[in-house]
Amino acid sequence: METINYQNFRIEAENICVDYNGKVALYDANLRLQAGQICGLVGMNGAGKTTFFNALTGFVNISKGKIRINGESVRSAQKDQTIAYVPQNEGIDSQFPISVWDVVMMGRYGSMNIFRCPRESDVQAVKDAIERVDLTDHLSTPIGNLSGGQRKRTFLARAIAQRASILLLDEPFSGVDIRTEKLISELFIQFKNEGKTILLSTHDMIHVREFCDLVLLINKTVVAYGETSEVFTPENITTTFGGISPDFLFGPES
Amino acid sequence: MELCSFLTLDSFITDPLTHDFMRKALLMSSLVAAVCGFLSCYLTLKGWALMGDAVSHSVMPGVVVAYALGLPFSLGAFIFGVGSVALIGFIKQKSRVKEDTVIGLVFTGFFALGIVLVSKIRSNIDLHSILFGSPLGISLSDVKQTIFISLLVVILLSIFRKDLMLYCFDPRHAKTVGINVFFLHYLLLTCLSLAAVVGLQSVGIILVVAMLITPGATAYLLTDKFDNMTVISVLSAIISSLIGIYVSFWFDLETGGSIVLAQTFIFLFAFLFAPRYGIFKLKKLFAGYK
Repeated sequence: METINYQNFRIEAENICVDYNGKVALYDANLRLQAGQICGLVGMNGAGKTTFFNALTGFVNISKGKIRINGESVRSAQKDQTIAYVPQNEGIDSQFPISVWDVVMMGRYGSMNIFRCPRESDVQAVKDAIERVDLTDHLSTPIGNLSGGQRKRTFLARAIAQRASILLLDEPFSGVDIRTEKLISELFIQFKNEGKTILLSTHDMIHVREFCDLVLLINKTVVAYGETSEVFTPENITTTFGGISPDFLFGPES
Repeated sequence: MELCSFLTLDSFITDPLTHDFMRKALLMSSLVAAVCGFLSCYLTLKGWALMGDAVSHSVMPGVVVAYALGLPFSLGAFIFGVGSVALIGFIKQKSRVKEDTVIGLVFTGFFALGIVLVSKIRSNIDLHSILFGSPLGISLSDVKQTIFISLLVVILLSIFRKDLMLYCFDPRHAKTVGINVFFLHYLLLTCLSLAAVVGLQSVGIILVVAMLITPGATAYLLTDKFDNMTVISVLSAIISSLIGIYVSFWFDLETGGSIVLAQTFIFLFAFLFAPRYGIFKLKKLFAGYK
């Protein structure tokens, strides 16, 4: 077997399996991503997208396989603030009594002392992050008073403040307004230029073609993986979506 | 108590203070209220109200066994409190029974075990005071233990205040940035067991769950800031305790019940008149007059 130089890959998942109490959620999944790559994670509900994210962040343990983040274990990636996770809006308690500022500050917790007292540099990082997502007017707004798009931007700011080199985004475009969608698109280009690695899940096929260099089609395991232009074919998509015709997904023209 | 003896507000407040047991009861109950009120914020936000119910009832056999063996009852309570949660998790994982059902059957089982044990190991345990609390009959050793446990819980919650908030809000992010979520989970459970033990003293095991839920729920209706929520929760809990004890003194009512009723009334007031989230949003009412 050839030896792989893990340092070349930001994310290296090799034959990973995840099961919840014996119920298999994901098996034999592989993924390799380098710096500056944007990869779309596409699959049905229950296909294992969130499980894949959970495995990469270490939120669930893998039962088989190996995950290397920057050539190191998931645990050291956590310690080094390598990965930032942006949850989907539905995964967040929007009634939680917390302000935009406090949410973004949570991005810095991992690098603070035990009391989580913000230093000058943390405050600056939070300010900058909030500015980048254009929420400066909402610093002390409770997240319950934000629109779906503003809330999404808040969590993006948290990821920016964390200064992670890998961003995992769960449905970044769902339930957002046009303005937010445009801002997220711009941020993606900036992130790419900064050399960040992005893995995003989406239901929207148009976004995949627009942003993703690579695409990973999954249905409990990897159906296809590779360059978007090569892999994102009607046949593959049909297999991924359990036999549903891509016409239905793309509209009749495609 | 003679009703005519409190003609003035002044004597209403000061008369009870002449009794040593009342001073002790007021001090202890306020302390317990503060601890439970603080913890209550996390339970409300985490959606752990049922868990609070479960743990507070499950500590009962622990308290009885500890008494029988001459150990500090906080130790017994802690073991059984955390044990009940572990058992709930285990049964849920290994069977098809739904979680709320599992919680219900585990804690009632533990509770029943406690009652049976009390009837067996009669000696010096008073079932009535465990079930309904006896803040007016607190002994000196109980006072010391309550102070010690309360301070311990408050210090732990204060140190990990922000981490616990993050844990309740977004545990996945906590994990992603390298915060020990497992530790926080058990820290919260430990504090819950300890709070149940001290709360047991003032309002009893049946009503302690109200001390762990109501203040947080009240505060949740009144603010959108976590720090304010903590302050409001603690204050409303302390005020309820004071009101409950005074009312029970003057009108000769059950103390634990009076304290919890006072909390419930404060909650109802917030429910009806909270500025943003009340039924009759006060802000809107006043805005109408402008």
